[in-house]
Amino acid sequence: MKALEALLVEKKLVDPASLDALIDTYENKVGPHNGAKVVARAWTDPAYKERLLRDATAAIAEFGFTGRQGEDMIVVENTPQVHNLVVCTLCSCYPWPVLGLPPVWYKSAPYRSRAVLDPRGVLREFGTEVSDDVEVRVWDSTAELRYLVLPERPAGTEGMSEDELAALVTRDSMIGVTKVATPRVVGPERTLA
Amino acid sequence: MNGAHDMGGMHGMGPIDTDPNDPLFHAEWERRAFALTLAMGFHGRWNIDMSRHARENRHPLDYLGSSYFELWLKGLERLAVETGLVSAEELASGKPDGPAPAELLPPPDPPCVAALLRKGASARLADEVPPRFQARERVLALDITTPGHTRVPRYCRGRVGIIDRDHGVFIFPDTYAHGRGKKPQHCYSVRFAARDLWGDAASPRDAVYVDLWDDYLEAAP
Repeated sequence: MKALEALLVEKKLVDPASLDALIDTYENKVGPHNGAKVVARAWTDPAYKERLLRDATAAIAEFGFTGRQGEDMIVVENTPQVHNLVVCTLCSCYPWPVLGLPPVWYKSAPYRSRAVLDPRGVLREFGTEVSDDVEVRVWDSTAELRYLVLPERPAGTEGMSEDELAALVTRDSMIGVTKVATPRVVGPERTLA
Repeated sequence: MNGAHDMGGMHGMGPIDTDPNDPLFHAEWERRAFALTLAMGFHGRWNIDMSRHARENRHPLDYLGSSYFELWLKGLERLAVETGLVSAEELASGKPDGPAPAELLPPPDPPCVAALLRKGASARLADEVPPRFQARERVLALDITTPGHTRVPRYCRGRVGIIDRDHGVFIFPDTYAHGRGKKPQHCYSVRFAARDLWGDAASPRDAVYVDLWDDYLEAAP
């Protein structure tokens, strides 16, 4: 690996500073905190949510989240009747601008093989129970569309600010393998049962 | 190709490691493999469909026995040699035999890389191509078997679904992966009832949505 990198640097095919910048971008800067802002806005601003579901690419670009592996976005909404789950059975397609790089499990054979075949079993493996009367929709993102799940806003979050809500939203809930949990403790003065 | 990468519906792959704190990279070489692959792609000598095919077009034991970033590295090495950016001898020795091809532009510096990432490279095309199907139409996913690159998963081939939405006109990967042009055509989200894919063991409510191009589909009988 070091030999390959040295060879490509010596041949001036790559700029070493750019390699470090690429790693820093996707390890430290771009990540699920971006997607969480989009979700929190959709939870608090009905007009934004309408734009997000109609033209996700443009609505997400309002935050400046654009570009590679998020060029053409689709947002699918979880409701009391529908639970959405995203996979790429052929490789590892994933919406980088809003979620960063995919977790190892998303790229792994166990998830890719079973998400389409037994989504309810996969969800249980993540500790997520979806009742029989809820429809599970699996999105196999094998083309150049990239999918983000808009999770349901949990109960007990009324009155929370957009920033407080964003802090509740997890990466896994935006892939659809989990739900956003009701916060046990919202703040020092507000404790929920 | 009917390769080991097309694993939707397979059994026996074991449990999922669901740890939410599992790091994105497990070793420094994985970071370097990731960055080298992106950086080398900036030369424009290959496209994303060629990249995928270079990772997938290998013996199943090689594919399944390689970690994710090992596959990226193997794909990168294959493409770099095939497109003349490095020679097989250079890869083996780690020493340059000569300079990079003279017509290459210098590799992008960090500000240029940041701009390239923000811009991305959409596969959506402005070509005006009429759609062959409309929303709610029943379609059959063709039973395509090709030794070349394709993005129609095996589990939906020969199955009937319903057009959920038309995404618009996109590059067709089956030709683009082999340097045979973009063949602009519509790509649709097609809804397959889980029971039509997996039988009665599946929930009667559930569905799998697959993004499929015009050339993968015909009107359902």
